[in-house]
Amino acid sequence: MRKHPRTTVGLPRLVGLVGLVATATLLAACGSDDGAAGGATGDGGGAEPVTLTVFAASSLTAAFEDLADQFEADHDGVTVELSFAGSSDLVAQIQQGAPADVFASADQANMDKLTGEDLQGSDPVEFATNTLEIAVPPDNPAGVESLQDLGGDLNLVVCAPEVPCGAAAQQVAADAGVELKPVSEEQSVTDVLNKVTSGEADAGLVYVTDVAAAGDAVEGITFPEADSVVNVYPIATVGDSEHAGLAQEFVDLVTGGEGQKVLDGYGFGAP
Amino acid sequence: MARHQRQVGLPRWLFVPAAAGALFVVLPLVAIVARVDWPDFLTLVTSESSLEALKLSLRTSAASTVLCVLLGVPMAVLLARTSFRGQGLVRSLVLLPLVLPPVVGGIALLYTFGRRGLLGESLEVLGIQIAFSTTAVVLAQTFVALPFLVVSLEGALRTGGERYEVVAATLGAPPTTVFRRVTLPLVLPGLVSGAVLSFARALGEFGATITFAGSLQGVTRTLPLEIYLQRETDADAAVALSLVLVVVAVLVIGLARGRAT
Amino acid sequence: MSLALTAAVDERDLDLELEVGDGEVVALLGPNGAGKSTVLALVAGLLRPDRGRITLAGRTLTDVGAGHTRTFVAPHARRIALLAQDPLLFPHLDVTDNVAFGPRSRGRSRADAARTAATWLDRVGATELADRRPAQLSGGQAQRVAIARALAAEPDLLLLDEPMAALDVAVAPALRQMLKRVLSGQSALVVTHDVLDALLLADRVYVLDGGRVVETGPSRHVLAQPRSAFAARVAGLNLVAGRWREGSVHSSSGLRVAGLAVGEKPAEGAWVAAIFRPASVGVFREPPGGSPRNALPVTVTDLEPRGDLIRVHGVDLMADVTPQAVADLGLAPGDRVLFSVKATDVTVYTS
Repeated sequence: MRKHPRTTVGLPRLVGLVGLVATATLLAACGSDDGAAGGATGDGGGAEPVTLTVFAASSLTAAFEDLADQFEADHDGVTVELSFAGSSDLVAQIQQGAPADVFASADQANMDKLTGEDLQGSDPVEFATNTLEIAVPPDNPAGVESLQDLGGDLNLVVCAPEVPCGAAAQQVAADAGVELKPVSEEQSVTDVLNKVTSGEADAGLVYVTDVAAAGDAVEGITFPEADSVVNVYPIATVGDSEHAGLAQEFVDLVTGGEGQKVLDGYGFGAP
Repeated sequence: MARHQRQVGLPRWLFVPAAAGALFVVLPLVAIVARVDWPDFLTLVTSESSLEALKLSLRTSAASTVLCVLLGVPMAVLLARTSFRGQGLVRSLVLLPLVLPPVVGGIALLYTFGRRGLLGESLEVLGIQIAFSTTAVVLAQTFVALPFLVVSLEGALRTGGERYEVVAATLGAPPTTVFRRVTLPLVLPGLVSGAVLSFARALGEFGATITFAGSLQGVTRTLPLEIYLQRETDADAAVALSLVLVVVAVLVIGLARGRAT
Repeated sequence: MSLALTAAVDERDLDLELEVGDGEVVALLGPNGAGKSTVLALVAGLLRPDRGRITLAGRTLTDVGAGHTRTFVAPHARRIALLAQDPLLFPHLDVTDNVAFGPRSRGRSRADAARTAATWLDRVGATELADRRPAQLSGGQAQRVAIARALAAEPDLLLLDEPMAALDVAVAPALRQMLKRVLSGQSALVVTHDVLDALLLADRVYVLDGGRVVETGPSRHVLAQPRSAFAARVAGLNLVAGRWREGSVHSSSGLRVAGLAVGEKPAEGAWVAAIFRPASVGVFREPPGGSPRNALPVTVTDLEPRGDLIRVHGVDLMADVTPQAVADLGLAPGDRVLFSVKATDVTVYTS
């Protein structure tokens, strides 16, 4: 089996320790307060250390790392372990019995695979949207300004139609009546971005959030036709979760106001 | 053929790790075979994209094998038949792709032949674009497969020695004639097995290709890339294609062993 | 087609001069490490001397001096063929193509080269092997083909590096006889440590030791009256030359030696040589009876201890006998005795 990229936020022991110290300090500072400090509910509260495993689509990496930090700060003794990969890989792993507590998908189709086998704990909730944007190298060598320009003679790289960003690109082009002639249909958004940043490609079609994450390495060009295909991100707890309460709290964080603010910061749209 | 008889017995415990090793290699193959959706197998492997990928793989692997022979034979001959300062270093560098992760090879090729690479800019001026072309696939495959040919051929040349070449020269054969009529025919088995290994390696090439060449049906999407992509949507097709690749590889290796013995 | 060589190779402590006349066969004799093979490598162009000059048929092949090379002709352009101890037939070519290799390399047409090959295969008596692969040949057959291959290249000079050494003793005599025939008129340099090769093939010998020529002259002369230690050691054979009549060699001094002819039976009256080892000789006062033996009258000139045996020297012949036999016979120089040797221990060569 392929090795999945796995990002662990917070080294469990160390974070647990830091959490305990923080809690102790907080309690001491509050002194004679009425003991409502910590605000933790459910199975948190500085008791036994708990690890919450969150499976999330790769495009959510930066946003979810922030949210996990926040969640851990709010829940003493809870460590959030994040696993990022393509949505289809993640859902396949859950189907094979991987111990996930929360699943955040980059599209409805992969979430449907989960609910299709009735593996979800809670009903999926839409929490973010993403639209496509044109990414070009900073000097924009081909002078791309619109979606129509992508139909011209240039090195265009898109995702393969088999992966969500590719399906979206195909749909957007079809809706706009633009015929795309990509020189390569890549496996993932990362591959598309790499081709653009290295200057091999004159333009790539990726999500708004990807352009934001890439920083100065690429320049983003928005186009009005992007609105015809809005990619919706659903999130749900996983049925086999041993920490259903915590999992639901994480989902609530993501769908709540604070979560929405973080997601907005990384370029995601509201559902 | 007489069976080899050993005079000294082998320690029995040796069979346990040996069997475990064999199982370790064979079991995953069995698992693939077991997982194949047999009723739909033919449909899965004969889809347009699959056939195109298979054809592209065979075509590019054949081309890179030819390239390996054209470049690798002179390299092996020079390494085996001459001595010069820094020869050890040259040999190590030539063999580097054997141990390099293919994706590193892909990145290296990108910065060489890519549009903004070392040679790419000059090529661009000449109107030649290598990235995203079938040529890029062949280059990536050649890069990773070349050492296999050089290693096996240099070994064959060293084992064979120079005695026949000396005789040929004293019979009046100029160097090119000696090379063509004596050196090459004598190392032909080594050359064939080296070429087969190169072909097999080229067939399985993935990392350097996806990094350097891109992925487009019929142009750069070889069978391994197709398998990787199919996993996204159609796991059954990916498994079926994997089996096809395994069968092709087994056939190729069997052919090489058949020639060698 | 004469060869002249003057060469020094410091690394191997070799410094010598030698010549091969047009059509002459010259043997290089000497112990291991004497420099015999180095000489061949120098002549063939496989080794560059530190100083020296090699010319063949008026062409300068090697000319090195004062630290730089003035001339060095590549091996393939020297018109010098090398026949090694090991036949080294090209395993991927059949016998005909092996023999045709030289002519083909010199640009002759396929058909022409095949004709030349057929001619040479016939001369070495290997016509019936023409279509075989080298792997299907015996050692003797392979060496015959190798000889044909070397000669088919029409070299100005043929180098032979111990051509019989790897062969079965049973096939060596016939091959030696054949070589003698095909080498007539061919300039050749033969490295050997077999005195029979030197005697039968070569007109002249050079004895090498420690990278120097220690003795040279006509083969018969050097081997009959060796001055160097090595020549003396290798020359330990009896040789009776004469005409072949009715199964015996009749020498001019009146000796008659019956023996077994090697190869083709010699013609009546042909010049032949009978050769036998001193250890095969018995010494008697009276003619011995029994099996057909040669009894050669000899006057004892000297008695020389050689290890466990005593060598009894006659004028031209030698016998190695036990000290017991010498004592029983009461042998002393000046005695007239009979040297007895079985006809089956005598080898007769056409000379």
